[in-house]
Amino acid sequence: MSPTTYGWLVLAFPLAGAIVNGLFYKRLGRGAAGWIATTAIGAAFISALGALVRLQHHAPDHRQLVSSLWDYAVTGDVDAKLSILVDPLSVYMILVVTGVSTLIHLYSVTYLKGDRGYARYFAYLNFFVFSMLVLVLAGNFLLLIVGWAFVGAASYLLISFWYRRETATKAGIKAFVINVVGDVGLVLGTFFILRHSGTLDFLATFKAVDGGAFATHHGALVAGCLLLLVGAFAKSAQIPLHTWLPDAMEGPTPVSALIHAATMVTAGVYLIARMHPLFEHASAAADVGAVVGCATLLVAGTIGLVMTDIKRVIAYSTMSQIGYMIMAVSAGGYAAGLFHLMTHAFFKALLFMAAGSLIGAMAGAQSLERMSGFRRSMPFTFGCFVVGGLALSGVPPFSGFFSKDEILAWVGGRGGWFVALYVVGYVGAFLTAVYTWRMIFRAFFGDPCPEARELERGHLAHAEVHTNPATGEEEDTDVGFPGPEHFIAERAAPMKIAMSVLAVLATVGGLIQVPHVDHVVTTFLEPTFADSKYAGVEPSNSLVNFGLVLGTVVALAGIALAYRIWVSRPGSAAAWQERFAPAYRLFASKWWFDELIDVAVVRPFAAFGTFAQRTFERVFVEGVLVDGTTSVVRAGSAAVRALQTGFLRYYAALLLLGGAAVILYFLIASS
Amino acid sequence: MALSWYLVVSALIFSIGAGGVLVRRNPLVILLCLELMLNAANLALIAFARMHGNADGQIFALIVLVVAACEVTVGLGLIVAIFRRRLPIDVDELRELQG
Repeated sequence: MSPTTYGWLVLAFPLAGAIVNGLFYKRLGRGAAGWIATTAIGAAFISALGALVRLQHHAPDHRQLVSSLWDYAVTGDVDAKLSILVDPLSVYMILVVTGVSTLIHLYSVTYLKGDRGYARYFAYLNFFVFSMLVLVLAGNFLLLIVGWAFVGAASYLLISFWYRRETATKAGIKAFVINVVGDVGLVLGTFFILRHSGTLDFLATFKAVDGGAFATHHGALVAGCLLLLVGAFAKSAQIPLHTWLPDAMEGPTPVSALIHAATMVTAGVYLIARMHPLFEHASAAADVGAVVGCATLLVAGTIGLVMTDIKRVIAYSTMSQIGYMIMAVSAGGYAAGLFHLMTHAFFKALLFMAAGSLIGAMAGAQSLERMSGFRRSMPFTFGCFVVGGLALSGVPPFSGFFSKDEILAWVGGRGGWFVALYVVGYVGAFLTAVYTWRMIFRAFFGDPCPEARELERGHLAHAEVHTNPATGEEEDTDVGFPGPEHFIAERAAPMKIAMSVLAVLATVGGLIQVPHVDHVVTTFLEPTFADSKYAGVEPSNSLVNFGLVLGTVVALAGIALAYRIWVSRPGSAAAWQERFAPAYRLFASKWWFDELIDVAVVRPFAAFGTFAQRTFERVFVEGVLVDGTTSVVRAGSAAVRALQTGFLRYYAALLLLGGAAVILYFLIASS
Repeated sequence: MALSWYLVVSALIFSIGAGGVLVRRNPLVILLCLELMLNAANLALIAFARMHGNADGQIFALIVLVVAACEVTVGLGLIVAIFRRRLPIDVDELRELQG
């Protein structure tokens, strides 16, 4: 079979899983849905492996294969086809997406067992993965937009999965609305590009761009790329379209893992990498991407320092790590950015799963304030958290170390003002180490909290009354609310297996691309980026070596600082808060982005809406259009009604007069 | 005899009928006046048939008689129905259909 056949199979399995689970869940036995969904994604992963193997049989310069299932609308200027592009980049993406998603599905099989919406959950989950696969396999802008919008819709469904929880539905709506802003950007950007390239197909567009289609329309290309960036920022939660991501933590924990690790937030990184020929011609847009990515990694890192909800800490760390990736691919370090995408998928999925296990032990509570001392009672979860934390903070030889340092070396190697980004990147790395280990030290060290003590005696804590961790409101465990049971990795084999695999990958995943030793990712992705102007460019050896040392030092320093504050001198955190009170307020209120968006966008729109309702709707629509039409009809019918007197003789007279008039007319006319 | 005499008589009878329909209020009389108008038309038809020397007009006249008989049947039926419901036998009073 050709690689493209495998590509179609990769799409077919999750879709089939979603349909089977979505339509036939009543006929399937309870619990079957989880295994069906996991098998479907597993089959997609095997198909992706097939695509990988078959693709490697092709010569390197023939590794961009397009397969079209049918033509949707092919006219003079538009060539909308249902076509997929199978090349090293898309194969790389489908491997990461399906691989990590399989493990997340496996984890969910147990984690969501107590929930009444079990089959619905897996139907959504499969649909989510399918949407993401459509996005990364799309061979033209049209299918890309379809996948893009599907991902937004699926994220809405999953974030507000517990639909009777008001905070969850609000978070879902927020995510959806911000994603639609991105969709609009993507669609408009596509129009800008389509107008001058004359084709929707990716490869044809790139050829047109290299052939000078935009030579006299450079502004259109820059505008198009900036609009694509809007789409990428919304999906990848970059400033200022990031506020949906922390709220997305309202979904079940495996959903957070899926959104943050394998799907959705990586879409923006993929988009920029995929559109690299455009961004390289529109270097202004690429610079914007690099700066925004850099700003995001710093802002998200600082907020991560002060969040107390464990899932939100990880969420802000995702934002920060995606910032690194966006910065890398915008600066031309495609292989570096995508390498970090993969390693991040491993350790971030692992961290979320471990956090899910921890939340299970806390009977649904998520606040770090209440957690402590789980080290002895949950050794496996603790181990996974440590591995994930070491990888996230970039300690050698864990995976995050190599990928993050490759990004920073690349950015530093660009020289000029990129050096500023390079410095900020290391500041961000330091913050990453601090907030990651703050989370670990607070949750696992110190005196065991009551739940941890219970667990040490072999009892899993169970809440008497289920409450919403965000608001403290009481909830029942009916459908549309979280289920009554909680699960921890220590006692559930599927969760344990999924986390073990990820822990191994997070540990050794970075070894496939070690400076001076091997460069598997770069070599594999080379055919996609062969036309890049950065192809073959590498940062100098001295910079790479300096980065390796500096990265290690920064990460260890961050961990040491976290240890000093939260373990060796417990209680000193309050003193730090005191000393940096203004900064603490800034971080704790998340740099006031929600308030800023509220003031800058939401309120003006609401005010405009009220104004339009008062003036335009009341006066024009209601007054002129609606009332005007009715009064015209009423006046007309009153005039006609006056003729209907009901006097029979009156009608007869009219008839006679009319008849006489007609006869008279003909008599006069004929004479 | 000239044709015009017949037509004059026919026109006179038609006018008397039309005038009766317009001025009388009793439905029974209105029906009678309608009959007058129909028979005036019949007279004209037969006169023209005689003048042209063919039977077309006479056939028309026969059809008109049949239609008139039907119409009287329906009309009288209505009048009897009105009477039975103790409604006034006056067309000006029967004006439910006014706008």
